[in-house]
Amino acid sequence: MSERTIGTAGLRGRQRTVAQRDAQFGQLLLAPTLLVVVVVVVLPILWTFVLAFQDLRVIDLRRKGIFGSFTLDNFAAVFTSPGFWTALRTTLLFSVVGTLGSIGVGLIVSLALRRRFPGRTFVRASMLLPYVAPVVAVTFVWQTMLNPQFGIVNAVGTSVLGWDDPVAFLSQRSAPVSVFGVEIDVPVALLTVMAFEIWRYFPFAFLFLTARIAALPGDLEEAAVVDGATLSQRFRYVVFPQLLPTIALLAVLRFIFTFNEFDDIYLLTGGAAGTQVASVRVYDLLTARGDIGAASAQALVLAGVLVVLLAVYFRFVGRPTEADT
Amino acid sequence: MSTRPWTRDRVENVVFGVLRWVVIAVLVLATLLPFYYMIILSVRRLDEVVQRPGLLWPGSFDFSTYVSVLASPDAGGQGFVVFLRNSAVIALLTVVFTLLAAIPGAYAISRLEFFGRREVSTLFLAVYLFPAILLAVPLFVFFSAVGLRGSRVGLLVVYVAQTVPLSIYMLRNYFETVPVSLEEAAAIDGASRWTIMRRISLPLAMPAVVSNALYVFMIAWNEFLFALLFLAEDRPRWTVSLGLAQLAGSIEIPTTVLMAGSVLLTVPIIVLFFLTERLLVEGLTSGAEKG
Repeated sequence: MSERTIGTAGLRGRQRTVAQRDAQFGQLLLAPTLLVVVVVVVLPILWTFVLAFQDLRVIDLRRKGIFGSFTLDNFAAVFTSPGFWTALRTTLLFSVVGTLGSIGVGLIVSLALRRRFPGRTFVRASMLLPYVAPVVAVTFVWQTMLNPQFGIVNAVGTSVLGWDDPVAFLSQRSAPVSVFGVEIDVPVALLTVMAFEIWRYFPFAFLFLTARIAALPGDLEEAAVVDGATLSQRFRYVVFPQLLPTIALLAVLRFIFTFNEFDDIYLLTGGAAGTQVASVRVYDLLTARGDIGAASAQALVLAGVLVVLLAVYFRFVGRPTEADT
Repeated sequence: MSTRPWTRDRVENVVFGVLRWVVIAVLVLATLLPFYYMIILSVRRLDEVVQRPGLLWPGSFDFSTYVSVLASPDAGGQGFVVFLRNSAVIALLTVVFTLLAAIPGAYAISRLEFFGRREVSTLFLAVYLFPAILLAVPLFVFFSAVGLRGSRVGLLVVYVAQTVPLSIYMLRNYFETVPVSLEEAAAIDGASRWTIMRRISLPLAMPAVVSNALYVFMIAWNEFLFALLFLAEDRPRWTVSLGLAQLAGSIEIPTTVLMAGSVLLTVPIIVLFFLTERLLVEGLTSGAEKG
């Protein structure tokens, strides 16, 4: 972070004008960005508050204009509808599993690839593919692979692994699975979507953890080796504590992104079979029902829940430092 | 054989040494298999896929899927040529406008001291963390109300707004690594701020600018939600992502043909990615190493 400005030498009066000119120039340079962000992001979000308190539908738009009378009905409808609470629960479950899973897998992979071996560069690059590839393409491939009629997963499952029937991974809400003789209902579609989420986003955690691991000072671990610490002990007491700040930051970022996730679920299941998360619900309210007020209220409640969760997290875990960002 | 005792240390070294390769093998399979499957399925014959779904190597190659997916609907195809062009145009324009705004913006944030600098940085970070769907509702309503929904200008503006903050963040990190002394030397020689930025800082930051341009291109090319909300009803304006998603639900179009479309959607991104992987990774994680 450079706080220095040019022109540290020179007369006091001249110095001030340089600083002033710099300040003006800085604001000028930033103006286009600020304009776009304010117009396309800040104002619309503020406007959502207005929309959420109106009874407005898409078909009314041209006729009624966009300013109607004030009402609390939308929020009342959001909180009293069973769909909202189900969606919220699904979103939370999905976010927690997706976050922990992607960070866990990312950590394991970054440790496995820590030591050099022939072809490591290629392996590292391929680990990032799920993250950079277009979401529409990868969801389509997953859908096809998991297809009960001609997908490769079910083909292998029934012919090699001895499944009785093909599994409808993306359209079956739940299935009984017996574990040690106990029948448990497993939410099939939701688990599949979570698996996809972990698959697609573990590279994100992998990327950041790999960078952090590469920057770890070697002497601490060498000292631990001399002291006779085993591999797992070195990880537990030397490496892991040094990765914690990065993991904490990743947890926050991944939780936010997973909580807001729309594309993956919409494209995989359309929100069917018990996978309707809050974002997909907002989309359905907006497009299928054309209910702008309800969609706005639901989106605001979603953002509100996220803010509260983050506030609680920062209160108890602590704020990520400037250096982490 | 060694006569060393099986201490905990030795057991762990053996166990984790094996596990390491298991992890690598499983993950390589998990990440690459879907892409391999995508390519293979795009050149298999549909009847063969249905009869022998477990095959990982096609019995015969059939490249007519690509012709079929690219050809215009009048010729019985799916019109992906138009979708590809739409995607390329909008992604390139997003890159141009984003960089035009982000380069000066990043320079200002990294080098110039002015009122509101910190607040603006925070605002940009916040933008990136807001749910896209929260933004989608008012933008959908606004563009519908003014009759701009379905216009690609609207979509472009949204893309730029979504990529500029991240772009500024990436470039800012890089501008900060350019030695201040270089700029000071130029200032003493009488160069103005604008000249310094254009002639000294920008050329030095070129690697970061290029990697950033590619990253923005990828985001715009891959984007789905806003394309869906704005352009869904207007088939000639569909992007490749939107086109594939819209057609994926249809029963009439063979999966192998759509798989060919999926390859066409993915290949440009993968090629760009492998060309610039190192630059991209450095640009994205430059903040993380500081710990």
